[in-house]
Amino acid sequence: MSDAPASSSALLSFNNVSMTFDDGTKALDNVSFGINAGEFVTVVGPSGCGKSTLLRIASNLEASTGGTCSIDRNSIGYVFQDATLMPWRTVVRNVELIAELHKLSKTERQQLSAEAIELVGLSGFEDKYPRQLSGGMRMRASLARSLVMKPKVFLFDEPFGALDEITRERLNDELLRLFQHEGFAGLFITHSITEAVYMSTKVLVMSARPGKIIAEFDVPFSYPRNHDLRYEPEFGELCGKISHALRGAHE
Amino acid sequence: MSTTHAINVTIEEVIPDKRDKFSFADYIGPIVVFLVFIGFWYLLSSVVLPEQKRFLLPTPHKVIREGFMVWHSGERRGLQPILMSLWDSAKVALLGLGITIVFGMSLAVLMSSSRWLERATWPYLVAVQSAPVLALTPLIRALIDGTQTQRLLVVVLIAIFPIVSNTLFGLLSADKSQHELFTLQGASKWTRLVKLQFPAALPNIFVGLRISAGLAVIGAVVGDFYFRQGGVVGIGAQIDVYRNRLWGPELITAIILASTLGLVVFLFFGWVSRRAIGKWHITTRGH
Repeated sequence: MSDAPASSSALLSFNNVSMTFDDGTKALDNVSFGINAGEFVTVVGPSGCGKSTLLRIASNLEASTGGTCSIDRNSIGYVFQDATLMPWRTVVRNVELIAELHKLSKTERQQLSAEAIELVGLSGFEDKYPRQLSGGMRMRASLARSLVMKPKVFLFDEPFGALDEITRERLNDELLRLFQHEGFAGLFITHSITEAVYMSTKVLVMSARPGKIIAEFDVPFSYPRNHDLRYEPEFGELCGKISHALRGAHE
Repeated sequence: MSTTHAINVTIEEVIPDKRDKFSFADYIGPIVVFLVFIGFWYLLSSVVLPEQKRFLLPTPHKVIREGFMVWHSGERRGLQPILMSLWDSAKVALLGLGITIVFGMSLAVLMSSSRWLERATWPYLVAVQSAPVLALTPLIRALIDGTQTQRLLVVVLIAIFPIVSNTLFGLLSADKSQHELFTLQGASKWTRLVKLQFPAALPNIFVGLRISAGLAVIGAVVGDFYFRQGGVVGIGAQIDVYRNRLWGPELITAIILASTLGLVVFLFFGWVSRRAIGKWHITTRGH
């Protein structure tokens, strides 16, 4: 990947971003890329390579030690590895939380959360507590919570990593539907190559620590994507190439 | 693409809500223990104790006949004066517990927001917890006027530790990612406290409340021993009198009723806890 700054029209752009932690660990080295509206970019890489650090820098949870990251900080949706629901709140009250923190009125909150709950297919479960839900449903609630504020950029930190294969694939489909329907730009972190290719317009491969973008693949398949796409030869071929690049990343 | 595309949840299912059902088996345990206790009591008072010392522990039926069944006899004997004293002590225990809760929880909130303050106060809280408060009674008497205030102070000193430590532990128990969720929305310290840390702390707070409530009763009874004035005296003072005069049945009756007060307060907070957090908080027994 070149060091040229990402295009200025991008909703999210990293420009020569480096990150060295206090203990001296170098997590990111000169990372540059941008994400435009309508793009869904996935970063794959060995564990501990600093993929998640990218999201933490983009969302300002951490400050980079070099380079810049530009993003509209008021319009970020962040989906964590776990659902991070508040166990004392019902589904609907959890979904309302972010709107509540932004001090939206009660009627507005209720309307927006009802829409978001419908979008993620949790209608009928509004009054359940998180402990009564399966892992996949908790993740849906977590997605709905982020959807409420209709963010322009969505950051996903391995959100489906803990789910079983079938649930994961179903949520992949639903997330893609939301991506098309809501039109946000997405930055997705995963270590599943299949998931990366299935979801994205572009896949970036990151090297082992310190993380660098070492390969970039455009995904040519059009949306909406059907789950059978995973078994097409072109799909397999692209996965193979990425797997190859990833193997290089481990060395 | 249609705009309404609610997805049916089919594979993933809602985990059924397991509500504890009323079960007779749950009541057998306490009943068995009660019977064993009574048997042991009879054993002590009619076999183990040498004959000339049996006045120290009258048999259960004697306690019921001479302690519980006598309403009022003489100046201090009978159920009525015991209940009056118990009520007097209960008031001190509850007021003291109220003060303990307000003060203890405020202190925990301050400690949770400042690591410096946490480190500065912690050793002294532990010291208060393990200090023999009784040894301080002359000092308390010298520094503070009024038996009522002195009694309240003893209650607070004895009951404060569990509420502070459990509240603090609870306030610091929220997940890192839950905190980050609030950070991402630019939430204020106050919002974080009210909407994240406090609700997350509730299960611990209730544990602390139950322990502190029991200790408040102990504190009130103990305080009665040392701080008393004329008129109606606390149950502790009453127990002291019975002990000095070797009035066995009255003594045991008063002790049983004081314990019952502790039990009632404990059960009350358990009930409040279930009402408040039972819907979302699960306790697990491991199987």
